[in-house]
Parts: sequence; C-alpha cells; structure tokens
Amino acid sequence: MYTTELQSAPGQKAGIPASAPEDPVKLAAFEARVAADEFIEPKDWMPEAYRRTLVRQISQHAHSEIVGMLPEGNWITRAPTLRRKAVLLAKVQDEGGHGLYLYSAAETLGASREEMIDALHSGRAKYSTIFNYPTLNWADIGAIGWLVDGAAIMNQVALQRTSYGPYARAMVRICKEESFHQRQGYELMLAMCNGTAEQKRMAQDALNRWWWPSLMMFGPRDDNSPNSAQSIRWRIKRETNDQLRQRFVDVTVPQAEYLGLTVPDPALKWNEARGHYDIGEIDWEEFYAVVRGEGMTSLERMKARRDAWDEGAWVRDAAQAHAEKRQRRAAA
Amino acid sequence: MNDNSSSNDKTGADWPLWEVFVRSKGGLAHRHAGSVHAADARMAIEAARDTYTRRMEGVSLWVVPSAAITASDPGEAAALFEPAADKVYRHPTFYAIPDAVKHM
Amino acid sequence: MTATSESLLVPFALRLGDDALILGQRLGEWCGHAPTIEVDLALTNLSLDLIGQATLFLDYAGKLEGKGRDADRLAFRRDAVDFTNCLLVEQPNGDFAQTIARQFLYSTWQQLYLNALADSADDTLAAAAVKCVKEVAYHARFAAEWVVRLGDGTEESHRRMSAGLDWMSRFVDELFEMEEADRALLAAGAGVDKAALRPAWDAEVARVLKEAMLEALPQRRTLTGGRLGRHTEHLGHILSEMQFLQRAYPDAVW
Repeated sequence: MYTTELQSAPGQKAGIPASAPEDPVKLAAFEARVAADEFIEPKDWMPEAYRRTLVRQISQHAHSEIVGMLPEGNWITRAPTLRRKAVLLAKVQDEGGHGLYLYSAAETLGASREEMIDALHSGRAKYSTIFNYPTLNWADIGAIGWLVDGAAIMNQVALQRTSYGPYARAMVRICKEESFHQRQGYELMLAMCNGTAEQKRMAQDALNRWWWPSLMMFGPRDDNSPNSAQSIRWRIKRETNDQLRQRFVDVTVPQAEYLGLTVPDPALKWNEARGHYDIGEIDWEEFYAVVRGEGMTSLERMKARRDAWDEGAWVRDAAQAHAEKRQRRAAA
Repeated sequence: MNDNSSSNDKTGADWPLWEVFVRSKGGLAHRHAGSVHAADARMAIEAARDTYTRRMEGVSLWVVPSAAITASDPGEAAALFEPAADKVYRHPTFYAIPDAVKHM
Repeated sequence: MTATSESLLVPFALRLGDDALILGQRLGEWCGHAPTIEVDLALTNLSLDLIGQATLFLDYAGKLEGKGRDADRLAFRRDAVDFTNCLLVEQPNGDFAQTIARQFLYSTWQQLYLNALADSADDTLAAAAVKCVKEVAYHARFAAEWVVRLGDGTEESHRRMSAGLDWMSRFVDELFEMEEADRALLAAGAGVDKAALRPAWDAEVARVLKEAMLEALPQRRTLTGGRLGRHTEHLGHILSEMQFLQRAYPDAVW
C-alpha cells in the first residue's frame, strides 16, 4: 500500500522551505544523474530538499503500511475459514514487513525509525487517508485487497524505478510480495458475489464505502498538487496523481462489472472520444478532513499505534538491558 | 546509518539497527537484503528470518551491526575506482589470439 | 491400524488441532499491536504455523470421523464443550510477558510431544509430527530466549515475567495427564506417553528459568478439564468471536 504526498492541503503553501542555497555545480551534476535515470545512493551528494522530500515520502509510505495493518487486522480473529484466516494473517504481516523495509530505506537518509514513529504518534507525520475508514463487514477485507491494493500497485510499480536506490529496492521487494494481495482480495469478492444474497449485499456495501476513498488515495488533482513537478523531475514520483487515478478507474470498472456490482458513481461513463471513463466529482472536502485526522477511525488508529508503542516500551527496555548485561558479563 | 554504539538511556527507545545479508541458495554469496532493529545478535537473526525469508528467500543469514560497517566515500569514487578503467590488460579480450588456435 | 484404534485417533487428532487453533487464534490478536514491528512479524509467524497445524490435524480428525466434517466445520461449528484444547492455550494474551510465558510452557511441551509422536504407528500422525516439530522447535527457542531477556532484563520485566509464569503455571499439569483414550492409543502404538515427557520438560523449563534469573514455577493448585470440554470462561469468548460469521450466516460459502 502506499501514500501519496499529503503535506499540501489547499491554502497551505506546499513546497520545500528554502534552506541554504545548494552548490550549483553539484546540483547540476545531481540533476543530470537523475535525468539520466541513474540511482542515487545513501552517501552520494544530494540536495537537502531531495533528502527531506524523500524522508517525508518514504516515512509516510512506511506509516501507511503500519497503520494499514489495523483495518484489516480488525477481522483476523473473525475470518470465516482457516484458509481465509491464514491468508489475512499473511497479508497483514506483509504490510508490517513492508513498513519495515520502508523505514529501513528512510533510515539510510539519516532519519531514525524512532524519530519517524514519534512524528507519526505526535501527529506531525501523515499516512494514507484510506486507513481512517472502518472495516464493517467481511467483504471489506476483499474490497481493501481489490481496490486499496489495486490503487497502491498503480503507484508502486512505477516507484520501482524511483531515483533513490534504497527506496527503489524496497519497492521491488514490496511489489513482488504484494502481487498476491490484490488477487486474494478480488477472489474474496468473487466468493461473496457468488454467495448468498446476504454476502452479495456485504460486497456491494463494501464497494459503496471503499470506492471513493480509493480514488482519493491518489491524492489531490494535478492542478492542486504543487510538489508534483519537482518530484517527477527528481524521479521520486513517476506519474501524476490524475494519470494514475484514471488508469485505476479504467481497469477497475470492468472488474466491478464482472462481479455484478454497481460502482457508486452515477456520473461514471465511458468516454469514447477520450478512451477513458469519466467520473463524478471527488469530495475533496472529505479528503482534506481525513488528512487533518478527522476521519471515521482516525483517533482509533492513532490510539492503537500509540498504545502498541507505549505498552511495548518496557519490552524494548528489557531486551536492551539484557543485551547490555550480557556484554558486561562477557567483558568481565 | 545510525550510531548504535552507545546505549540509549531514553526509556522505550528503539533497538539498534542491523544489516541483513541473505544467501538465497547453496553456492551463492550472501547478499544485502535490508535491515532490522534488534537488541542482540540472536534477536537480529530471528527478526531477519521473520522479515526477509518469509517466502523461502534464504538458506543462510548474516546480521551485522549497522554501525560496524564502513563504506567507501562517494567523494573518493574517482580516486578509488577510475584507475581500474585503463587497465584493460586485465581482461582476456585484450589479447588477440588467431581463430585457428582453439581451447583458449 | 484397526477400526477400534481409528476411533481412538479422532479425539486424539482433535486435541492436537484444537490446541493449535486456539493458540493460533490468541497469537493472531497481537497482529498490529506488538512492541516492535519485528516482534509483530514474529508473533504472526507463530500464529500462521499454528493455524496450518490446526488445519492439518482437524482435517485428519474429520476424515477419520467420516461424517463429512472438514477442518472448517470442526473449527467454526462446534461449541466450547466439544473443544478439547488444553486450558493453557486459551489463556488471555495479557501483556507480552504473559504471552511469552504461555508460549514457552506450551511450545516446550509441544516440541517434546511431537518428537514422540513422530514414532507413532499411525503414518499420517507421524508425518504430520515430523513436519510440525520443525516449526515448534523454533517457537520453543523463540519463547525461551524471550523468557531470558525479560527475566534478566529490567526490574519491571522481571516482575512481569514472573507474574506471567505465575498465571500460566496452574495449567501445566494438564499437559501431562493421561486420559483413558491416551492410554488405549498408547497401547496400540499410535499415542504418546505424556507422563514420560515430564522429566525432560521440567529440566528444560528449569534450565531456562535459571538462566533468566527467575524462581521455579510456583506450586499452585492444578486446574484441568480442557481435554474433556470443561474450559475456563475465556474459550466461550474466543469462539463467539472466531465463529461469528459461520454462525450468523450458516448457509454462506466463504
């Protein structure tokens, strides 16, 4: 799963605060390397703004994976078969692993995982809006795999070629592992849609609730996404929000039709001239409210993460204390 | 990479960082896979196992405290690596051998 | 195997499956809430191993029973009185130390048990034991290492680890109880002499507790009954959550 750039809400001047001017010769050489699709590695010279943007983007991405464990984790104990339980456990575990890979990638830029987690817990760092929606019935687990992971894949596949080496390598591993996530989600939806009337109703209800939030995952419209141009030039973003969103809609609508489900957008229509689907207006007010932490489960998600970290403090201390005792004994 | 040599006296602090190397199958070298946080080497091995070999990616693991790794300085890349560029005589293609000569 | 001993095998396989299922379910509750991401992944791996074992043993029980019940039917449509897991595995996660205490006591036993089962005259059980014991050896090691870290960590972790072991110690004796069915199956060459596992278990637990600077397990009154379907209050809640969908929508295929 992924997060889009969330720093820039309307009215909030996005962009990178100017710091000390960069050495123009180094900067030109850097820009040329990136333009030539070379990889930038941790100890290479890089402009401060590039480093900061990356730390922010990668850590937001990592936070999204970790917080993203919660909505699906909500159904682990209630999964209806042993196979579904194992699949869901493995998937949520993968998300934890992906968070870990991404924190590792960000740590190569000099940010400690602890600092990043602290930024999340204090509300300074953002994570994908999608995880602030509740999982209310079992079909939500299918809808998340199908729609949320489907949306994530659109962006993540492109990020395998991102300019920062550790990020690109983490994305390669993540994409490889996530290839089962969307498929299991769609398979689950199929079972629900081929099932009883009650199951089909759950499936439709899930699509109704997850469709629009999934489209919002791609972030603001391009004309409202001021960092995009620079991020694309730096190859830390490879396609614009609207391009990715359009591609997602185009591939997903036929999948919904195959399930016999109705996409909850009366304005949805195939546009022959464009060769794409036209969609209705996204509720951006809702999007920014959720970015601000006012989503249905925003407080619950943050509380769950803080509780896990705070209640784990004595465990981390104990293991550290034990390791130090051992070292002392070995030295004595 | 973080300096993890000094003990952190803040309560609830995260554990030190370790780099993970995985041998994917017998006969191949260990290859860098990523990193984990762990309080001790044993925990680092187990965390590496649970993180980086969930899909049968490995048959052997190395973990190294990240702070123990010294990397070459990219600023010295020219001095370190470019002098090798003109030593073409180290490569077999530098030597012309008539086609008639076989098995060489 | 004769027809008689096959009928003895059904409750035997059920117990193995029920233990794994309930412990796997408990560990699944941790997912997303562990002290670090690494520990989260580790606990989920234990849970996945156990859910796999549950599937294996419950499917086998269902097959032997011959009433058309598969692992899911057994897991999701029986009530507490028909569950034969030991009381230890249904105990609440509590804090991380309590979870580790449960895991340590159980996995240490399960490893010995499966090692013995690998010699069973029943080929299916023997093969399953050989497969599962590799997983369980890791569980036992993982848990023992954490007992040591927590026991010999900070004052707080020592206190919590002791409390966790104290809670769980009441359910240890049940692991070694020989029911009538156990004796009959043992006589047929397919079972495990659980009582005979006790010295090795005691020795391993004592070794780890000593390394962890922890006292020996407290001598508390033994609580038992799980193998006969008499459980603690916890199991009912586990089942009402775990079985919700299958109970609420009995006609659905998931």
